[in-house]
Amino acid sequence: MTWLDMVIQGGIWALEILAIVVPVALSVAYITYAERRIIGWIQVRQGCNRVGPFGLLQPLADGLKLFLKETIIPTNANKFLFVAAPVMALMPALLAFAVVPFGETTLFGLWETAHVMAIANLNVGVLYVMAISSLSIYGILMAGWASNSKYALIGAIRSTSQMISYEISMGFSIVCVLILSGSLGLTDIVHGQEGGLLHWYFIPLFPMFIVFFISGAAETNRSPFDLPEGEAELVAGFFVEYSGMWFATFSLAEYGAMILISLMTSIMFLGGWYPPFEFLGFIPGTVWLLAKAFFLVFVFIWFRATFPRYRYDQLMRLGWKVFLPWTMAWIAVVGFATYAGDLSENLSFISDAIGFYQPWR
Amino acid sequence: MNWIKRQLKTWLLWELVLGLALTGRYLFKKKITVQYPEERTPLSPRFRGLHALRRYESGEERCIACKLCEVTCPALAITIESEERDDGSRRTTRYDIDMTKCIFCGFCTEACPVDAIVETQEFEYASESRKALYYTKDMLLDVGRRYEPQIAQNLAANARYQ
Repeated sequence: MTWLDMVIQGGIWALEILAIVVPVALSVAYITYAERRIIGWIQVRQGCNRVGPFGLLQPLADGLKLFLKETIIPTNANKFLFVAAPVMALMPALLAFAVVPFGETTLFGLWETAHVMAIANLNVGVLYVMAISSLSIYGILMAGWASNSKYALIGAIRSTSQMISYEISMGFSIVCVLILSGSLGLTDIVHGQEGGLLHWYFIPLFPMFIVFFISGAAETNRSPFDLPEGEAELVAGFFVEYSGMWFATFSLAEYGAMILISLMTSIMFLGGWYPPFEFLGFIPGTVWLLAKAFFLVFVFIWFRATFPRYRYDQLMRLGWKVFLPWTMAWIAVVGFATYAGDLSENLSFISDAIGFYQPWR
Repeated sequence: MNWIKRQLKTWLLWELVLGLALTGRYLFKKKITVQYPEERTPLSPRFRGLHALRRYESGEERCIACKLCEVTCPALAITIESEERDDGSRRTTRYDIDMTKCIFCGFCTEACPVDAIVETQEFEYASESRKALYYTKDMLLDVGRRYEPQIAQNLAANARYQ
């Protein structure tokens, strides 16, 4: 490999990364806008409609305001950790987007085979996403610890224990998907759901779909699981002491994680970039994936406008005593169904039925 | 049977679905926001806004410097000084209302025997300096000149309740 090749390769990577990060940052900005408008509408208000037409410039005004604000570092804070924490929170949220396949393209017939639109089309994409998104706990824990404030610390502890609890049921519900798809690659999971609405994994795995989505809300500290920032008792939770751009970095990470969870739910349960019906195939796959993901983002916002916050023991009860047994039971059910035919010929109709969703058999 | 029904409701998240349906309906309801600078709500004739000093139709000031308003003012916002005028009548030489102190209780209006000090429906007089909120006699008379038709109308509308 010559120097020129390396420079070209590096340039292509840089462009690929920009092509993911810039839209993510923009959608985060406009999701905050959409959140304010939608919650406003649900509360029979107008929401922000003053800055620009329909208030569309509101995110820019907010961003500008946050940029110009002073970042205050508390005197007793651990300065290095305090500054590093928002970066540690944002980095995993963005890193996880590297393996998300946004669709397949032949680049208008330029390539002979369809290429997957992902920075890195890993064959263990699910593991990568689970591993990387768990890392964002460190950012939150560091923020809570470095702030040297009791509210921040309690918020960070709540957030950490909640994320660890729900990670387990989330992982188990993913295992069900893996049993069906027979692969850890996100692209293969989507391929397993080709052929319309009936092939999508949310039909055989409906309880897991619900569990995954609700755990996702808990993972991203979204309402009704937003205990880490319960303003009634903790002011703002782990980012009480943050202001200006560092504060904005935390909300960027939170909303980025929200988009990621929505994308993962669409990929694993809602057929990824495949249209629900064959005759809708003329719409590009990327549009379908993004439409599904943003519908789920809307559902997150809808949740926030509807449900009151959980109490902490209720949260833990739901995670450990409801979701965990359910997901484990469902793994057993799906596993049994898969190999029922091997046990007895009479039971083969079960494995035939589930085999409809299992391209590897 | 009841037990089965309850379990079904629990595991199908029925109550949550009901809640979501309710907020989903509200999403499309007509919004009740009054978009203030463009839209306004109607004001009562008894609305207590910026003060005004009135004159008779002849142009004579109504205020006779009895100082009842100054006495009754619970916030001590009114300051009055008076002198005998050339024609022998008692008139104010100074009539100041400190709008930063005023609590808009309307006691001055109630105390006034000649309907000289009244409160208008004007409420958009915010300023960037405190100085602009210390209203002098001239300023108050000017407010009265500007809003006299409205003031007379509101007093007439309210007259039979007083």
